[in-house]
Amino acid sequence: MVMLEFDDIQHFVLTRVPAITGRYEFLSFRQPSQGRAWLAGIIDKVASAQAVRDGVDSERRWVSVAFTWPGLRALGVDEASLATFPEEFRQGMVARSQVLGDTGINHPDRWIGGLARPDLHAIAILFARNAQERQRVTAEHAAYLARTPGVDVLSTLDLDAIPPFDYARDHFGYRDRLSQPEIEGTGVDPTPGSGKPIKPGEFILGYPDEDGPPVGLPQPETLSRNGTYMAYRRLQEHVGGFRAFLRQHGNTAAEQEWVAAKLMGRWRSGAPLVLAPEKDDPALAADPQRNNNFNYAKMDPFGYAIPLGAHIRRMNPRDTAVNMQRRRMIRRGATYGPALPEGAPEDGIERGIAAFVVCASLVRQFEFAQNVWVNDPNFHELGNERDPIIGNQDGTFDMTMPRRPVRKKITGLPAFTTVKGGAYFFLPGLTALRYLAALSDGGR
Amino acid sequence: MSQDQFGESTRRAFLGTAAVATAATAVTLAASPTSETALAASSASDARATGSPSADQIKVAQSAASSNLPTKTEPTSGDWTKPAAMAIPKEGYFKLEQGRYGPIFPRTPANYGFTVIAKIKPGREETVREYGKTIEKAVGETPDVLAPLRLHYLRWVIFDVGSGPHFMYQGIFDTDFDKYLEDAVALFVKTGITTVFVNLEGWPDDWKTNLPAVIKFFRENQRPSFLEYGEYPYVTADEVKKALRVKSSLSAMLDQMQ
Repeated sequence: MVMLEFDDIQHFVLTRVPAITGRYEFLSFRQPSQGRAWLAGIIDKVASAQAVRDGVDSERRWVSVAFTWPGLRALGVDEASLATFPEEFRQGMVARSQVLGDTGINHPDRWIGGLARPDLHAIAILFARNAQERQRVTAEHAAYLARTPGVDVLSTLDLDAIPPFDYARDHFGYRDRLSQPEIEGTGVDPTPGSGKPIKPGEFILGYPDEDGPPVGLPQPETLSRNGTYMAYRRLQEHVGGFRAFLRQHGNTAAEQEWVAAKLMGRWRSGAPLVLAPEKDDPALAADPQRNNNFNYAKMDPFGYAIPLGAHIRRMNPRDTAVNMQRRRMIRRGATYGPALPEGAPEDGIERGIAAFVVCASLVRQFEFAQNVWVNDPNFHELGNERDPIIGNQDGTFDMTMPRRPVRKKITGLPAFTTVKGGAYFFLPGLTALRYLAALSDGGR
Repeated sequence: MSQDQFGESTRRAFLGTAAVATAATAVTLAASPTSETALAASSASDARATGSPSADQIKVAQSAASSNLPTKTEPTSGDWTKPAAMAIPKEGYFKLEQGRYGPIFPRTPANYGFTVIAKIKPGREETVREYGKTIEKAVGETPDVLAPLRLHYLRWVIFDVGSGPHFMYQGIFDTDFDKYLEDAVALFVKTGITTVFVNLEGWPDDWKTNLPAVIKFFRENQRPSFLEYGEYPYVTADEVKKALRVKSSLSAMLDQMQ
């Protein structure tokens, strides 16, 4: 088994930290030397997986940094090296909008926070134990930026977990983080139903992947080794519209929960419909040994429990798709914006999920999921459906919920989410961060 | 999105599609096969001419006419009772729609498909021909071995029109090839189909480790159809099999009732 270099891989890839707040800062460098100066001063704050594992109980904040392709150039990476990065990363998320389904109201022309700008160069990610710590670190970074000329903050976004903090949930009320792939060599066993551990090269550059030894790595290897790609998505959740939809399609609270569960494939508690088809089961939802332990081909081939087009069936088709080990993704991120209290009218404040999909190949993993699983109307031969939660919905697609004796079909599904921004980042290993900080204006 | 970011090579592009038909074509195709009135509308103008178009017809016509909603012109289902033909522009598509690896080709009355033609390396003709038996054996032993390709038919042809033997791989299938490209290449490796390609000129020597080069080979050797026809258009292999199963069950049921 290959040994992972835990002391060089940024913790972000391998560790989920006990944070309930966070902040993203989107940065632009005016001059390569200024970008490198900023990086040089912040590297010591970026913790490796090993460091976080050793000190997770005492740490109060966790920092990660990543760069867009123009950002690598803005730091002084030379053209020969830049050309070795994969095409989709070089193009960036804006140029890939049609592939990703970022059209209509999701189009990059409508994005906010400067995320569609070509001079978006870097992101600094902060996760903090509480709001007080976030405030302290934010002030510290602001002071650092004041001393470091030539680094502009294009925008920032504060993250806040939704109370109560018993488990992670999104603004719609769905329990999150139930199905997560585990990487071979981390010593973490996947929960039952989560599939076998996946070769590290599916997520971290420089290691064997499910197909064999690593190939086609960006050069020099010092730069790519222990790095990964991240697709950032800022996804607004229209909570008022979502709740109105549930009321429209359910006369009782129980019926509304049923509709919400069918869209996701799990009750909002997290209990999967394959294992709890008739009613919610919070005890099942809370039990990691059981709450992901199901399949589709044998247990629910026609979608009577989890509709064929439900969100979790699309994001992880399990035994109903081939080469699944090559399509998995690690999700990191958090919710932003204030929770909308139950019963309160839509207040117009933006709230949602700001998350990263971590993978070794954006085109094979993230873009495939977006293009095929999320937005292909003909997924599972459905004909006219897209992912009901994150698909590009414009009111013309349907959602079919198989049921005996007669299925329930909802036509003209509204968009419950809108893409407000996104970008492709490269998250280097710590050695690579030092390599970048030590570049000169002449390149290497 | 800027088209030129994808460069010239994608123009003659490649495999696959989620499909954009012309607005007029799409109206025909988008009519629901389960709706009698919708079937009567064979084009946008017909729909208007019937005097009292159904709400569905209007919706279809409006969405087809709206050029900024390309996905709405996608013929996701057609009327299988009505044979249909589609003439396809030289590029192989009606309007550029970017897939992950190149332009997307439309679904036609004959579903998705591709025709890859390449010259056989000197002296390799019999090697290529022999692989027909290899595939026959593989499918015989594991009937669902090619299932991920969602095929209707494969036709492998060797021909020589005076410039040496060429190999033609023609497949008709139900998925956009661009969407399932990696799965297809993985299957090609597993079943030895790539071993056929190794005997063709232009196949990259480093195909095992260079997926982009493999994709480029397919792009450059794919010849888009300029006409496709379906006697029972837009029907997937799964639907055919479902219908035959129903027929078979009905026969059994009727037998039991004798």
